[in-house]
Amino acid sequence: MNSIILIAGARLQVVLLLVFSAYMLLRGHNAPGGGFIGGLIAATGFVVYAIACGTEDARKALRFDPGSIAGAGLGIALFAGVMAVFWGDALFTGQWLFIGATEDSKGIPLSSVLIFDIGVYLVVLGAILSITFALEEAV
Amino acid sequence: MSWYLTLPLVIPFAAAITAYLMRRSHLGRWVSIIGSSLGLAASIALMIVVLDQGVVAGQMGNWPAPFGITLVADLLSAVMVLITAITGFAVAIYALGDITERQEELGYHALFQILLAGVTGAFLTGDLFNLYVWFEVMLIASFGLLILNGGKEQIDGGVKYVALNLISTILFLTGIGLLYGMTGTLNFADLALKVEGVENQGLLTVVAMMFMVAFGVKAAVFPLFFWLPAAYHTPSFAVSAVFAGLLTKVGVYALIRMFTMVFDHDIGFTHTVLLWVACFTMVIGVLGAAAQSDFRKILSFHIISQIGYMILGLALMTPLALMGAVFYLVHHIIVKANLFLIAGIAKRLTGGTEVYQIGGLYKSAPFLAILFLIPAFSLAGFPPLSGFWAKYIIVKATLDVEMWFVAFIALAVGLMTIYSMTKIWAEAFWKPHPKGIEPELKTLPNKAAQLIPVAGLAVLTIIIGLNPEPFVIFAERTTAQLLDPSPYIAAVLGVTP
Repeated sequence: MNSIILIAGARLQVVLLLVFSAYMLLRGHNAPGGGFIGGLIAATGFVVYAIACGTEDARKALRFDPGSIAGAGLGIALFAGVMAVFWGDALFTGQWLFIGATEDSKGIPLSSVLIFDIGVYLVVLGAILSITFALEEAV
Repeated sequence: MSWYLTLPLVIPFAAAITAYLMRRSHLGRWVSIIGSSLGLAASIALMIVVLDQGVVAGQMGNWPAPFGITLVADLLSAVMVLITAITGFAVAIYALGDITERQEELGYHALFQILLAGVTGAFLTGDLFNLYVWFEVMLIASFGLLILNGGKEQIDGGVKYVALNLISTILFLTGIGLLYGMTGTLNFADLALKVEGVENQGLLTVVAMMFMVAFGVKAAVFPLFFWLPAAYHTPSFAVSAVFAGLLTKVGVYALIRMFTMVFDHDIGFTHTVLLWVACFTMVIGVLGAAAQSDFRKILSFHIISQIGYMILGLALMTPLALMGAVFYLVHHIIVKANLFLIAGIAKRLTGGTEVYQIGGLYKSAPFLAILFLIPAFSLAGFPPLSGFWAKYIIVKATLDVEMWFVAFIALAVGLMTIYSMTKIWAEAFWKPHPKGIEPELKTLPNKAAQLIPVAGLAVLTIIIGLNPEPFVIFAERTTAQLLDPSPYIAAVLGVTP
């Protein structure tokens, strides 16, 4: 498809969708959201871009092969699970780090759960994009 | 949770990820071999721990049972994990000479390792829903392996395979839902305690039958086996070997686990159904094999008939019969995977798998002929190979409960098995090649990689055959754990929770 309106609109949308996907990923621990839905939203962004500008451009914008993104994501998720072993806990036990925690505030809570979610995000992004790009190119 | 429960799962996943990221450089094959050998070491360690300490359990993510996901290894789980690792290791080496570079680029090694992880997970999990998840992991990986760089034939087999397995999955999930509604738990150990208190025992039997059908499809029992001969002769030989060895056995394992631990409330009904299923499976499988002329199709039908023996052991539910089922399970995985690997070598030497169109292997490749004879005779139940002891225990168990007719069927099926093996032997090995080809092992590309795993598995068959005592004692201990699940329950739920 070669429509200037679509291309101009898509550029704007892609940015918004990617930012929104990061927001969804981060709010996921205590509110609706998380890695899976975040990955889906980010994938939507690249799919919109691929429809507007073609998969070749979309692949370039992605920079990495979608399959490898999924593989790396799986690796990050596995690492987040195995990390617990260093603290002597069972596999996939959440590890928490509270930066600047005081008596009445928890500071900035960072956890291995977030790392796992980032892994899921990448797996979903990579998997969805490998499928849609392949379909788009086959049509 | 201790590392020995998680390592057999973490290692194949790590290997899969590494192999996938390296798929273009063809280093994946070495990652796969290293991963499989580490996995083998981990499962040996698990076996030693279980032999030493009895049932071991761990809670993933520190969520206590029955709420979290439990990993648990009793002797049955440990031996299945070990045999999975052995098969995986052998096939990973064999893949050096079997898998094309194109298949590697598409991610063969990653899928293979994920399949191993799925099978191992199914054996180790102590939670019904988690078992479903591992079934899905297996299904996805095996579908990928089936159609990897395949043509029409592979897609055709793959679609039948997935369609029928999805039906099984839906039934499984429905059964899980109903069981959860009745008992409020999905943990095996907790279920074993709570099913007795269920008010509506009739409904429980209905759910038990749903699980029987769901696992029956996975195990390829009569009349649910049609996906197996439709799919197993299509993929590359390394893939079909690992399928033939492991996939159906996961179904058998799930049946044994559920119908000894959870669904033992109405043995008179459920296990009578299993008994009939077992008899039909044995007979139909072996008759199907007699009608085939393709090397791998004959072997595929034999998987079905052999599954019948294992189900028979479960159906009788006596200690001796269960022991036979466990022994059979272990023996069958080794022998069956090996026969499929040999079929691959035979195809590369003679150019086909249709036994009437190939030949001459005995004269020009006598070493391969010997390697074929060992698993083939073992499958048919010749003394002193492993299959003889497996069949002997099962038949003895049927005679002990005075089911003469069932014993007769089991023996007759054994005889029919010899018929099919003789057909392969006479056509593919004995008669000269119709096109005058003299298939010599010298011509085999990457000869060592293909022959070493075959020889290794054959040696294992002989070891079990000539020295069955430790294996029988081991199977006896396994059976004792199956019939008395209290150590299992104590390990999972904790004596003082």
